[in-house]
Amino acid sequence: MSTAVVTVNKGVFRGFNLRQKTLLIIGFTSLLLLAIVISSVEFGDESLHTNFGSKNLNPSPEHPFGTDWMGRDMFIRTLKGLGSSIMIGAFASTISTILAIILGLLSSTGKIADSFIAWLVDLFLSIPHLLLIILISIGFGGGATGVIIGVALTHWTGLTRVVRAEIKQLKTQEYIHISRNLGKSKWWIATKHIFPHLIPQIFLGTILMFPHAILHEASATFLGFGLSPHEPAIGIILSESMKYLSAGYWWLAFFPGLSLLIVVLAFDMIGENLGKLIDPKNAHE
Amino acid sequence: MLDKDKIAGFIGNKILRLLSLLIVVCFVSFMLIQYSPIDPVRAYIGEMPVSAEHKANLEEYWGVNTPPQEKFLNWAGDALKGNFGISLIYRMPVTDVIKERFTASLVLMAASWLFSGILGFILGIIAGMKKGTWIDKTIKIYCYVLAATPTFWLALILLMVFSVYLGWFPIGLSVPIGVTAENVTFLDWFLRLILPALTLSLLGVAQIALFTREKLIEVLSSDYVLFAKARGEKGLDLVLRHGIRNVALPAITLQFLGFSELFGGTVLVEQVFSYPGIGQAAVAAGLRSDVPLLLGIVIVSACFVFFGNAIADLIYQFVDPRIKQQEASI
Repeated sequence: MSTAVVTVNKGVFRGFNLRQKTLLIIGFTSLLLLAIVISSVEFGDESLHTNFGSKNLNPSPEHPFGTDWMGRDMFIRTLKGLGSSIMIGAFASTISTILAIILGLLSSTGKIADSFIAWLVDLFLSIPHLLLIILISIGFGGGATGVIIGVALTHWTGLTRVVRAEIKQLKTQEYIHISRNLGKSKWWIATKHIFPHLIPQIFLGTILMFPHAILHEASATFLGFGLSPHEPAIGIILSESMKYLSAGYWWLAFFPGLSLLIVVLAFDMIGENLGKLIDPKNAHE
Repeated sequence: MLDKDKIAGFIGNKILRLLSLLIVVCFVSFMLIQYSPIDPVRAYIGEMPVSAEHKANLEEYWGVNTPPQEKFLNWAGDALKGNFGISLIYRMPVTDVIKERFTASLVLMAASWLFSGILGFILGIIAGMKKGTWIDKTIKIYCYVLAATPTFWLALILLMVFSVYLGWFPIGLSVPIGVTAENVTFLDWFLRLILPALTLSLLGVAQIALFTREKLIEVLSSDYVLFAKARGEKGLDLVLRHGIRNVALPAITLQFLGFSELFGGTVLVEQVFSYPGIGQAAVAAGLRSDVPLLLGIVIVSACFVFFGNAIADLIYQFVDPRIKQQEASI
């Protein structure tokens, strides 16, 4: 596994070892994401008041991301959009993780169950992901709920495969055979011998699911399937900005998208670095 | 190695799998749309006020009042004969719409697939050769940033810079407005293809480059490369002779497995550049509840993804049996 972070012993991080650096990076990025979520909740709707006196302003110290056609501050709109993106991502990843655990465990109960799960994974991967989200969101009535359900129901395939492979490998281990020969029940072996090994994988899998969930929600919303135009969302902001492109209002699209990129990158970095901590094989690179 | 029976078995098996998959995909997507709480007539007319009589006519046209089982059987029966119905929004047979749109998308996808594959492979080889240097780090950071970039945002930025600010390319549509299909010159069409293809290519590079880099590093730390070095081979020659041969096949396989993501990216890019491809049709069909068209597109996209996976499988099974062994041992 490669790492997102350049690990050279100079510059700001001089004097820390790799483990300390990894922890620091995880700490900083988590703090950043937490700050985004909290501030997006803290800013009430009144901070998005329309003010036609200050519409379509260039970015300035007062409005760092500029203002839109209704005079709303783009910085606050972006912040609120990011907050809702992260929360939708969290919800969708949780649901997908739960599904992955259930299906992964189920696949280890027998041959029929195993091939059924494998078939289900193939079925979900057979349609392009974005199209599948669109289909499911239509099936559940569209709008915010539709897209959230669509994103939540489609991200479990990767993690299910990981859990399934991991269980398969663990089952061939010596100590599991011994445990079985000693007369321990299947349930006992599953909870005491197998599950503890899965926890780090599952944890990591959930975090690495976040970026995908966030990007897919934003994409579906951008295409017009997701949140309604009144709700704050990056997808909405960007699809709105398309109308003003030829007018040269570049800030409407540039900053919100860049912020989304940074949030996604932050999640990737947390995932990669947690992976380094959890998987000792790479710790000494 | 390549005996005929094995290939025939492989193809037969694939066709059976594709058929079974398509039946389930059709059924599930049909039911998802059928039981959707969205009123298709409302979705089509939008905010326009219509009389009750007019609405009843539209409902008749949409087939709202036919029972779902009957509707599915009717549709499936026709579909078997190759008739996927009439698209409600384009008022043309679905097969014609898809044929026209998919061809346009295929050109776009093929261009970006090839370009991103080649560029990604080269970047990956360079990064792997220069592991740990600033070139490697730059390429890695570039890939990580691209993997996190929202497709539609990059498309918007390119559109803003090259079309609005620099004015090098037209802002949208695949042909100039007011020109009939016969009069579109190759240049017109080509100019409008560049930006969408560029967006998709830039984004597609990330995965393939990182993969190639990892593989090359793995190969370069193998015993046979050590031996080759002991014999005095070095530099680019060594990589060309021992590295690329071993890395190329898995990379090509990975590129074929990426058809699903390529399709998703195309949907977004077409929307931004108003490129009249299948992605744009899918969005329009979804937003305006054009059930026959949406189902047709779902089927075509499923076949497309299946085709990519089947080729990757073919490479696994027949060209390089080692890959399969590695997979099985994991």
